[in-house]
Amino acid sequence: MPNNIDPALLRGLTQRRLGRRDALRMGGVSALAMALAACGVKGTGTPAASAAPDAVAKFWADKASTKHVDFANWPLYMDPKKPELKKFTAETGISVNYQEVIQEMGPWFAKVQPQLKAGQSIGYDLMVITNGIQFGQFKDSGFLAPLDHSKLPNYAANAAKSYANEAFDPGNQYSVPWTSGITGIAYDPAKTGREITKLADLWDPAFKGKVGMFSDTQELGNFGMMALGVDPAKSTEDDWKKAAEKLKEQKSSGVLRNYYDQSYIDALGKGEVWITQAWSGDVFQKNVSDGTNFKFVIPAEGGTIWTDNFAIPVTAKSPVDAITLIDFFYKTDIAASLAEYINYVCPVPAAQQQIKTDASKLTGKEKTAMEAIADSPLVFPVEADYSKLHYYRDFPTVAEQQAYQKIFEPIVLG
Amino acid sequence: MSTLRRNLAPYFLVLPGGLWLLLFFAVPMITMLSLSLQQGDVVSGFSFTGHWQTYTDAIVNYRTQIVRSLIYGAIATIALIVLAFPVAYWIAFYGGRRKSTYLFLLLLPFFVSFVLRTISWRQILTDEGMLLGPLKSIHLLPADFHVLGTPVAVIFGLIYNFLPFMVLPVYVALERIDPRVVEAARDLYANPATAFRKVVLPLALPGVFAGVLMTFVPASADYVDSAVLGSSSTTMIGQVIQAQYLVNSDYPTASALSFVLMAVLLVGVFAYARALGTEDVMKVAAR
Repeated sequence: MPNNIDPALLRGLTQRRLGRRDALRMGGVSALAMALAACGVKGTGTPAASAAPDAVAKFWADKASTKHVDFANWPLYMDPKKPELKKFTAETGISVNYQEVIQEMGPWFAKVQPQLKAGQSIGYDLMVITNGIQFGQFKDSGFLAPLDHSKLPNYAANAAKSYANEAFDPGNQYSVPWTSGITGIAYDPAKTGREITKLADLWDPAFKGKVGMFSDTQELGNFGMMALGVDPAKSTEDDWKKAAEKLKEQKSSGVLRNYYDQSYIDALGKGEVWITQAWSGDVFQKNVSDGTNFKFVIPAEGGTIWTDNFAIPVTAKSPVDAITLIDFFYKTDIAASLAEYINYVCPVPAAQQQIKTDASKLTGKEKTAMEAIADSPLVFPVEADYSKLHYYRDFPTVAEQQAYQKIFEPIVLG
Repeated sequence: MSTLRRNLAPYFLVLPGGLWLLLFFAVPMITMLSLSLQQGDVVSGFSFTGHWQTYTDAIVNYRTQIVRSLIYGAIATIALIVLAFPVAYWIAFYGGRRKSTYLFLLLLPFFVSFVLRTISWRQILTDEGMLLGPLKSIHLLPADFHVLGTPVAVIFGLIYNFLPFMVLPVYVALERIDPRVVEAARDLYANPATAFRKVVLPLALPGVFAGVLMTFVPASADYVDSAVLGSSSTTMIGQVIQAQYLVNSDYPTASALSFVLMAVLLVGVFAYARALGTEDVMKVAAR
């Protein structure tokens, strides 16, 4: 729910505006004109600025451990009992305050942007952010601390090498992967009454008022494009407009129920939607924790693959402990334990063997379930799986990104 | 010395309120007006360019949501008058010694936060919830029937959340009516309906007017009810402004929309005051 402002306060302000209208008159025109001409809002940085060579040394020089980390993450991204964090605290003596405060990238950037711009702490030393428009905004604004890779030995030893080549952060200067995931379709087979296999099912009038889509403009636009057979990574402005038309049709025909952030999984659980755009690991976790029987499918036309990344805000109070925690998650057994629960794509390939070893110690149903995770294409995709997946569109210029937003924002804001 | 103090006293009294207004009303308004005329983006910054086109663009792009909000606000306000008047009337004339108890009961739910109450309604009205679930399982309703996400749910939320803001002013106006005035009307051979129409209603009108001000304006600008109970086809203008500020960081459009909304509401309220025929109605309402 995007309600960051106390609505009672907002309501109060609206009422007073009328009651005290005389204040406007008293304000005087001259003061108004003066204030109007006052300089604009300062920008947060230069777009596409790359890190200076000594940036790493400069940032880390005066930083020391405080034995505490404030960690901001998305919901459904860790076992609620937090076994990995408990182990971390036991081994290092660093306490972790773990908060599931990120529901969608746009609101998260808008929320922390003013503090970061003012050089103030956002209250978190570590956050998990998705590649995409806001990742670029974080990076270009100079809001992300350059990572000192000498402090990441486990990462160097265990992480899949392909992550260093991702276009949004080449060489992992500012971020390392928490996990990757696939955007596909989740559905409740009991309600739909049939298997869902393709994107066209999201436009099927049989599910009138029961279809959910993401409110994130990139997620939404990607599915519009793929439904038209366009690869989002190679799309043009023309494709965006056509995709927008396709998405508008879904809304005007009444098939669409609503656009959701992370709350889509709750809507699926409550039966508000029967079929919805979804992130790969969530359905698995929902089924485990609530005993539901939902299904996740990568549509025939393809799904998208994205990466959620660890990043340290420049204003972090405890970056040293944050980077220690990052590296801890690249230990093979910790990566395995996390993947076993969240069922998202694991950035540590060796964890697959670890999960198989863990499975061999179990018996019966638990063993089968654990073996299924080790073999799941959603956790350890092989080459053939990747061929079905599309990457996000990169926006080299701000103008392009704004053009994209102008096309898809009005759809979400209906 | 003492005369000086006496002369200055009223100014000292107005000082806290004046400063408060300056700080929290005038300054934000001017900042917002300035913002609405700037261009740029959040990374490279915004600069003042006097770009009035933001206003035309905002109106063209979001006219549907503006009109929708006014319609929802108006429907909710009319429903509130219909609902609140009898309640206020009954408490004022038949409440007896328990008047304050009834008023307290009316206000009791509002001791819980606005957002929490709205979310609770979401739980009650949800597709398979305690209300619709049983009706669906006995096939009184089709499986895809839903209330959430429809205009009905949003307007219902507005009515529910703003009820006390209509009941209280109407109650205050009715409570002030001297019962002997009504008795006099009856003595002069007015039947009950005429007495109500010619005596009670005109005296209650300032209360209704105050109630309309306190409900129509915030209800039209509300964004919580639609965000929680509605869907993308019930988006209200408050949600658009909220999203432009807090999701898209498009400050100029958000500021421009805020001003447009304010202007529309001000014009509406003054037109309404005129239509009621009493130019003094603001004063009467503030009595």
